Amino acid sequence: MSNWIDICAVTDLQADSGVCALVEGKQIAIFYFAKDNAVYAIDNYDPFGKVHVLSRGLIGDIKGEPMVSSPLYKQHFSLKTGQCFDDESVKNTVYAIRIENKRVEISLEG
Amino acid sequence: MSKKQTLVVIGNGMVGHNFLENLVASDIRDNYDIVTFCEEERPAYDRVHLTEFFSGKTAEDLSMVSDGFFDANNIKIHIGDKAVSIDKANKFVTSAKGVAISYDKLILATGSYAFVPPIQGHDRENCFVYRTIEDLEALTEAAKAAKVGAVVGGGLLGLEAAKALKDLNLKTNVVQFSSRLMSAQLDTGGADMLAAKIEALDISVLPSKNTRKIVDGTECKHKMEFADGTSLETDIVLYSAGIRPRDEIARISGIEVGTRGGIVINDQCKTSDPDIYAIGECAVWNEETFGLVAPGYNMGRVVVADLQGQEAQFAGADMSTKLKLNGVDVASIGDAHGNADGSLIYTYQNGADEIYKSLVVSADKKKLLGAVLVGDASGYGALSQYYLNAIDLPEHPDSLIIPSRSDESVGLGPDALPDSAQICSCFDVTKGQICSAVENGCHTMPALKDETKAATGCGGCTALLKSVLDCELEKSGFEVNTDICEHFAYTRQDLYNLMMVNEIKSFNDFLKQHGQGVGCEVCRQAIGSILASYWNEYVLSDQQMSVQDTNDTFLANMQKDGTYSVVPRMTGGEVTPEGLIAIGQIAKKYNLYTKVTGGQRVDLFGARLDQLPPIWKELIDAGFESGHAYGKSLRTVKSCVGSTWCRFGVDDSVGLAVALENRYKGLRAPHKIKFAVSGCTRECAEAQGKDIGIIATEGGWNLYVCGNGGMKPRHADLFATDLDKETLIKYIDRVLAFYVRTADRLQRTSVWMENMEGGLDYLKSVVIDDKLDICADLETHMQNVVDTYQCEWKTTIEDEDKLKRFRHFVNSDETDENILFVEERGQIRPANEDERELALAEEV
Repeated sequence: MSNWIDICAVTDLQADSGVCALVEGKQIAIFYFAKDNAVYAIDNYDPFGKVHVLSRGLIGDIKGEPMVSSPLYKQHFSLKTGQCFDDESVKNTVYAIRIENKRVEISLEG
Repeated sequence: MSKKQTLVVIGNGMVGHNFLENLVASDIRDNYDIVTFCEEERPAYDRVHLTEFFSGKTAEDLSMVSDGFFDANNIKIHIGDKAVSIDKANKFVTSAKGVAISYDKLILATGSYAFVPPIQGHDRENCFVYRTIEDLEALTEAAKAAKVGAVVGGGLLGLEAAKALKDLNLKTNVVQFSSRLMSAQLDTGGADMLAAKIEALDISVLPSKNTRKIVDGTECKHKMEFADGTSLETDIVLYSAGIRPRDEIARISGIEVGTRGGIVINDQCKTSDPDIYAIGECAVWNEETFGLVAPGYNMGRVVVADLQGQEAQFAGADMSTKLKLNGVDVASIGDAHGNADGSLIYTYQNGADEIYKSLVVSADKKKLLGAVLVGDASGYGALSQYYLNAIDLPEHPDSLIIPSRSDESVGLGPDALPDSAQICSCFDVTKGQICSAVENGCHTMPALKDETKAATGCGGCTALLKSVLDCELEKSGFEVNTDICEHFAYTRQDLYNLMMVNEIKSFNDFLKQHGQGVGCEVCRQAIGSILASYWNEYVLSDQQMSVQDTNDTFLANMQKDGTYSVVPRMTGGEVTPEGLIAIGQIAKKYNLYTKVTGGQRVDLFGARLDQLPPIWKELIDAGFESGHAYGKSLRTVKSCVGSTWCRFGVDDSVGLAVALENRYKGLRAPHKIKFAVSGCTRECAEAQGKDIGIIATEGGWNLYVCGNGGMKPRHADLFATDLDKETLIKYIDRVLAFYVRTADRLQRTSVWMENMEGGLDYLKSVVIDDKLDICADLETHMQNVVDTYQCEWKTTIEDEDKLKRFRHFVNSDETDENILFVEERGQIRPANEDERELALAEEV
């Protein structure tokens, strides 16, 4: 069973945008797609810019797949897999995330 | 010891100079010592655009000589000295000032002179020709004390000259010997339509007038008496009755001249002496002279090729022309009069829209022989291709001039043109050359123009060039897709129109009504900008927040290390000592790196996300407001100190800069916008490199538009002169609102202008003449933006809810510990990778 960690209330999220959470010393970007009531979690680290900024990128989809675009150099990362759309060799870490009783919870286990 | 030969060019006009440019660019450049004579006091300038001297262009603007050209190419130029004779036997040239130069090769590019009819009184005071900058200066001076002007001659140049008189505020008359305007180029129907349009501009056209003599007038300085017994009183007479080749040096030196004048040349442009060539308007080839620059340039190219030992020949020239006369489109192709045996004529006349078109076709209706277009010259590109390349006409040739009332297109696709088809006649660029440039990677109009020079002369082929480009791109598999992204099948301009028509106020409504998916950083940012530039709502309102680019979301500029820079507004570059001290204290308190920007203000770097609100709280308390350095919006209005302090200042540039910056601050646009205001023509504020540039003159303000520094510098275009402040602001309102509505995303004004069909003239017609009838709307738009301005930072720090956004972590008050600075030259800077690793190692 996954070990779910409580992060914040859904109302703390930004609709169609991102926030950053500190989870056991890790910076994790959380994005909230309001229309679908869907949340995604990805490592906040931008492997191209080498700084922790992904939570501040614009979100959207590429052919239906939810993605975030880096605020620094605009590379796109899948929010489902962490795969970078612009460079096959780069993949970021994504985390399990869910909404339970209007609370946002993350699991760091695979 | 030099084994070089000496090459002498007599005449440094447009053709002579173009020849020099071609020569020094060729591989035989080093074979010659080059010498040129220039009779006028200034080297080559653009005579074709001489009229623009009256709309504010200076002699320097018209110059065709790049800085240091003669020195850099080691060409000896004798300015203000006229070559007067040639000793063919001993091969040397003598000048009026007594210079004698031996030559091995001699090029005559003496040009032409304006013909003055030998009527009695033709040389009275205030009778001018229209040929040189000095002519124009004398005319301008005389016009100050005059009320009425008359142009003798209703040809191309005559009508240009009439516009000049009109611009000098004279009651203007065109007196012509022939029964119709532009008789060489137009048929009767076309000339009648043109006359009607010219009359509508308040210029009187007097056809079939044979001037007998010019005598003292009673109301005006002169009275022109005509053969039919009528007369005209005028203060100024301007002759534009045609040009004649300047062949006197050839005549006295025993070089063959034509029966009707002009230096006779063969297909290699050689005169009767094999070491002497003649090019341009002074030459006569096959009993024909050519009064346009393109054939002259062409002759020059032939001479360079001949000197190189290559086979080349001049084969005559297409004298088709397309131009805008006083805002009226006029074009003529080939034999406009239907002189050929059995030729057939089609005519289309639309009195309501004042359009006239005619076609002359061969007896079998297969080939186009000539055409006239007045009022709408949009078909010129396709028609001239039919003519030049002898392409078979469609079954019903009249379909080419009858307006298409259905979607069916009857134009000539660029695919139908052979590779040899000449697209640009000014620089002799063929379709084949354009196609290979596209193949080699020129996929945009600016790139294509840079590479091939096509459409950089008169610009008449711009539309055709674009269609060749699009066609080639499409063929090579590049989809010419103008959709902004996969979520919206529209251009930015489409989206703008949709927003205005449907009053859409949020991205989500846009997506629901016109898009698909959830969007992306491209459409979100573009639509965010569109909405902000029109409705001007608070950018961090709940419905606008998710579409702002990172910098707009946090109202600061993200730097490479994820920290931000902060720029308070300093209108016009003005700041009080107290303001400077406050900024210094804040920078010190938060340990920010401080740098003065190119926009005359101070940038504070190295602020963490969570520090932005407290920093701004202190800045606002000290009287500052947002500088919008983070937005695609008005940045700064740079200024020099102007007449307030400067010994040379003509007007208060700082005052105007402050007023303008306060007016347009916060305006969101497709890209950033920069202004500058200079207090005199010394131009210390560098206004001609800005999107909007203003320079004080004795008569008011000169407005320049669409300049750029940066990656691809562009000199701004002079848009209007001697404006009062009210008109100036009106024009800027309109230009900016039109830019905001019609530019592509992330398109600076310079590129917007480069891509605008019709260019500067078109923009002027929209903004000054209100051609599209939208000026009132544009002004309302801008006034609304002005009236709804808010300092976004002030609004933000007063809203607890918004401030939550500036915490680094949603679930912790800690800050980002990965940000690391080191010290350099007494200030902080982001640590580089090595320094970062070192710091981590130390921690462990």
